[in-house]
Amino acid sequence: MATLTLYIQYIVNGLTLGAIYSLIALGYTMVYGILKFINFAHGDILMVGAFIGLVVYQALLGTSASPVWMVAAFFIAMIVSMVLCALLGMFIERVAYKPLRNANRLAPLLSAIGVSFILSNGAAWIFGTQSRRFPYPFDNTPITFFGISITPHQILMLVVSISMMLLLAFFVNKTKMGKAMRATSLDQPTSALMGINVNRVISLTFAIGSALAAVGGILAAFDFRVYPSMGTMTGLKAFVAAVIGGIGSIPGAMIGGILLGILEAVGAPLLHIPNGLKDTVAFAVLIIVLLLRPEGILGKNEREKV
Amino acid sequence: MKILTTDHLTREFGGVIAVNDVNFSVEQGLVTGLIGPNGAGKTTLFNQITGVDKPTRGTITFDGKDITGLPAWKVSRLGIARTFQNIRLYKELTVVENVMMGLHFKVGKDPFHGRFLQAVKSYVFAQRENREMYERAMEWLHFFGIESHAQDFARSLPYGMQRELEIARALAADPKLLFLDEPAAGMNPAETAHLMDVVDKIRSLGVTVVLIEHDMKLVMNICDQITVLNFGTKIAEGTPQAIKQNKDVIEAYLGKEEE
Repeated sequence: MATLTLYIQYIVNGLTLGAIYSLIALGYTMVYGILKFINFAHGDILMVGAFIGLVVYQALLGTSASPVWMVAAFFIAMIVSMVLCALLGMFIERVAYKPLRNANRLAPLLSAIGVSFILSNGAAWIFGTQSRRFPYPFDNTPITFFGISITPHQILMLVVSISMMLLLAFFVNKTKMGKAMRATSLDQPTSALMGINVNRVISLTFAIGSALAAVGGILAAFDFRVYPSMGTMTGLKAFVAAVIGGIGSIPGAMIGGILLGILEAVGAPLLHIPNGLKDTVAFAVLIIVLLLRPEGILGKNEREKV
Repeated sequence: MKILTTDHLTREFGGVIAVNDVNFSVEQGLVTGLIGPNGAGKTTLFNQITGVDKPTRGTITFDGKDITGLPAWKVSRLGIARTFQNIRLYKELTVVENVMMGLHFKVGKDPFHGRFLQAVKSYVFAQRENREMYERAMEWLHFFGIESHAQDFARSLPYGMQRELEIARALAADPKLLFLDEPAAGMNPAETAHLMDVVDKIRSLGVTVVLIEHDMKLVMNICDQITVLNFGTKIAEGTPQAIKQNKDVIEAYLGKEEE
């Protein structure tokens, strides 16, 4: 009984972490769906998002420290970070990827790795390499029921991630621009002839992916602290999540992220993997998925991809 | 009235001049044929006009507006639609969905270009709009006589029907000018005959048609005007009767007669 409660606890923890992987995985999968290329700078966008969020949040806290204002300041910081990261994502696409659109497939990939170095080293230059704590905007005492505890932070992670994903699903499935996006992912030149401004769709894809990464970065920052290379491992795992779900598929990225989070949280204690080797679980899962179903859970015949 | 004119249009690829100083014009409401031996620059000329590629020199005027060098999506919104030599359908979508894509920017407003309130309205009435699009798409399928295949995947249609579907999708965008690049290529005689009826019907809708075609029987039968290209240069234009007797055209196709 005690172990069952314990594993439910792991699943809850995994679910909240997984929701963040999903948010970040969406950026990889949307860009891949349209440009067939992996944006390896995506992980660093989440780091930039976390830094912007932290700086804005601390600046806002300077004015007042009432509990309501702290929560409000947090959300303001998140929105500012989303907007700035969306602009950054569009800028990066314009400068580093667009000129290479007709080049060899490897060229934008290398360009992405270059952008990744610029972002992480730029952050180290501006903020230094030491990690910073992202203070909770509220009292983080866990709430316990039936022996399972969940922190307000975890609830925040779930609520914010799930509402972001619902918003995205609405946008992609119900709006004209979302439809233009789906069409572009199916066939770019044909979509241009249907009157779709493909360049704008691509810009928008980067903007949305980067804004979601900013949210993911801020939510992850409470657990992982904020430092210039924080995007590397989290970004890599989100990429794994996107591949597991089926790269190019939006629902796939959502499922893949949550699945990876849960497998990680449950797998490590189940297999008695020491804490330092915990990350191996994610990559072991990746290898197994690639062997058994290389296109991912929802890959291939998925028609809703972007 | 001329709906489209190109003025000294030239497209060079490195040292190759694919289209050389071409003054091409299209009379409104007529079917114009664009013929010439392989490599004459017919498709290149289409690509310049429809914004798929940009000309090196020269200007293109459509409906009184200079459209030289505009990107494909802008040209298509101005009312020029086209089909391709190699069919470009959304293969993973159904037949009716393909036609609905052609209607994409015709029904409702594009949130980025329309006024904000109209954009909001188009979200609120998305359901109704989709139904409207569906019905209009079905009307086009009916026009082509392929409505029984509406729910099939585009890739599963026989070749001739895929071509007609591509034309249906282009027409759904309500163009003023329709470019058909070798519409009869790979069609059997029955399919070609059906295509000729279709082009006739399109003309009667008031849509101006320009087509590239190698099937001379088709060209001579349905075109009102013909322009002939050879090695990137316009060598003749006129009615089918005049073109049939034109010495330069005969020479381009059959070679010079030995004295």
